[in-house]
Amino acid sequence: MDPPDGNQDFQRALQLAASFKTFMLKSSTKSNLNLYDHLTRLLIKVMDEQPQNVADVIEDMSRDVKRGLFEDTQSSLRDLPQTTAAELLAEQQRLLFSRPEDAEQENELMETPLPNVSEIGFYLEQAGVGLGREEMQRVFLALKQLVESQALVRCRLWGKILGIESSYIVAEADYREGEEDEEQITEEVAEADEREAESQENDMDLLPQSTYKPPPVVPKEATGTGTNKSVYYVCKEPGLPWVKLPSVTPAQITAARQIRKFFTGRLDTPVVSYPPFPGNEANYLRAQIARISAGTQVSPQGFFQAGEEEGDEEDETPRDTYEVNPDFEGIPVTEMADSLSSWVHHVQHILQQGRCTWVNLAVKPEDPNEDGEDEEKEEEPDEPEPEVGPPLLSPLSQDAEMFNTPPWSSKISSALTPQHSVAALRSNLWPGAYAYACGKKFENIYVGWGLKYAGEGYSPSVPPLPQKEYPSGPEITEDLDPSLEEEQALQEALEEQQAAQEEMEATDATDEEEEEDDN
Amino acid sequence: MVFAVVILSSLSGFFVLDSYPAPSSVCGYPLLFHSCEGRGEDELEDKKNLYSFNCMDWFLLPLATDSMIEQVSKAAKGRFIGDPSHVYEHLEIHKQGEGDKAEEEGIVTKVKEENRLAVTVHQIDEEASVVPRGAFVKNPHGLVQMNRTFGGLSQSEAGKLDSFFHFCKPKNLNKKSILEMGELNPAIDFLDVLSDDIPKGSWSLQFECASRACVLRSLLWLGLTFYHVPMTPQHGYIYIGDGTKNLDLPFML
Repeated sequence: MDPPDGNQDFQRALQLAASFKTFMLKSSTKSNLNLYDHLTRLLIKVMDEQPQNVADVIEDMSRDVKRGLFEDTQSSLRDLPQTTAAELLAEQQRLLFSRPEDAEQENELMETPLPNVSEIGFYLEQAGVGLGREEMQRVFLALKQLVESQALVRCRLWGKILGIESSYIVAEADYREGEEDEEQITEEVAEADEREAESQENDMDLLPQSTYKPPPVVPKEATGTGTNKSVYYVCKEPGLPWVKLPSVTPAQITAARQIRKFFTGRLDTPVVSYPPFPGNEANYLRAQIARISAGTQVSPQGFFQAGEEEGDEEDETPRDTYEVNPDFEGIPVTEMADSLSSWVHHVQHILQQGRCTWVNLAVKPEDPNEDGEDEEKEEEPDEPEPEVGPPLLSPLSQDAEMFNTPPWSSKISSALTPQHSVAALRSNLWPGAYAYACGKKFENIYVGWGLKYAGEGYSPSVPPLPQKEYPSGPEITEDLDPSLEEEQALQEALEEQQAAQEEMEATDATDEEEEEDDN
Repeated sequence: MVFAVVILSSLSGFFVLDSYPAPSSVCGYPLLFHSCEGRGEDELEDKKNLYSFNCMDWFLLPLATDSMIEQVSKAAKGRFIGDPSHVYEHLEIHKQGEGDKAEEEGIVTKVKEENRLAVTVHQIDEEASVVPRGAFVKNPHGLVQMNRTFGGLSQSEAGKLDSFFHFCKPKNLNKKSILEMGELNPAIDFLDVLSDDIPKGSWSLQFECASRACVLRSLLWLGLTFYHVPMTPQHGYIYIGDGTKNLDLPFML
């Protein structure tokens, strides 16, 4: 190359080389490597290792270099296996299936308060209801757990109430003496404390006292009687802990009759409704269970007989005890399916007052409650006489028809072999309530949303009219605005008065001055 | 594919309760309506409804027309009787003229229970039939067919209402904004999503069997239960109820 041109060529060559180098330095979008660095590393490797037949193995070396630079983007740590819901549930249900080690043979053969759930499940299946065999079995084991942990005398599966988020499995148990009373006492103490606190507050700041007097509260029925005859335990899933429901108050039952709400599946949810429900979902659930039990717990006629303690002198009070009739022979299935009079209610009817036995509230008998759609039959609301419901063990054929629908539908499980079938009963008033009877055996179950059939549509009760804030009289009514003439007349009169006063003052002043001069 | 609807009538009749796994048979209960749907080539369009009292003798249900729906909504109230030839009567009094000259004219609407049943089944199909997302595809010719490659929703998808569709002609789909439409897959998302239902919360979505099965219950049509086992193509729904819509729903949530 000639020196004059050479310089230029050299310059251009340098430029080309530089642009080529930048091209080589451009890192790949895939691996983020660039050729320049790669070749550098490759040549360094060749220089270091100086292998034979480099030209043949250069591709392999190149691959090795690349592999050496491979960045592991994935974590080499293995994922911690998460405990699945199935495992958690299995862990909780494992206790149901474990057999106590110290249990002796004798204990197992002893009479147990547990019902034979498998048998009940079979009959319910015949009747076309139930929870399914697997769930039934789990529920059975859960009941066993409940009986063992609470030492219950009698326990049965009441049913299942569906909720929006989860369902409740409800077990009914006989109340055990002694245990309940403590609870009541503590409640009463708490109430008393509240009252004291209230009165103290009232002493401190003297706000105007409300003249409103709440209607007398209907007293709660003692545990073991009426609506609180049994205690109820609920759980969400067999194996999860059973929760005991609080006892129900008449106010809760009356409020529950006026509202229609779905259960959510969480016991501590507040019940947002109008009229306001006193309590949370646990109380609402308990109130609905009491209503459903009163309406739909039925047995074949003759299975129970009235308690013997009831004498003739006690005709006024409805009898509330019954016992199993040892002479009951069983009613033929076809007859059970055909006539409703062969079925009787064995749970007391709940009166309008929200109690099973009527209580006189001294001043006023009771709040007249217009809510007509209550249990089967009701008296006139303003009847001054004590409310009397249908007596215990009254047949179903006396149930009132509501919304032009018969309250019960009955059927026979199989028309082809009626000899071996069971008679089944479905409540139309409480959709989801079923009963079956077969020979001496019968059972009731409720599986549903816990809502009563409401006919053509539910209309929530309207809030009462607002009360008057103050008594309106002439002393606080506003006057009419004066007209212009009146105002002018008033002004003139005032001016005259003022002038007269000034004159008076002027004369007074001169008199005073004179007096001062005298001094 | 057969979906079953069991309507309880007050005359008699019993039903299988909703539980998982869904009852395999709804047969054997005399004197109540069983209605099954036969489907033709296009799963959405070609529907035939049959009904039976004993699962032995089947009768074809008439197609629900608009006029029939109107008549039924006027006349039929309360529970089903259990007799398809039962006639519901409804007297409507129209006042013509004004003041004292008003003439009262009664119009009697008569509806057979068979027609009421047809309308009820139609309404349940319209408002509460559910399929998981992807179980049905729309091919380029517009024919809706079962997706044979459907492998089920994943566990997390099954926990969302967006993954379930109404299996009827879409009503809200075209009302969506372009932004929302852009994300939809035309072959799969050609149906209405359950999460758009009004009022919010008209479905109860739960997991059963240690969250191995997903159960959807309609609160609008109490008694409609849908199940789907995530990661498997198994799904289906059944309606067992008294055939009345839960109009009290807004108060009950």
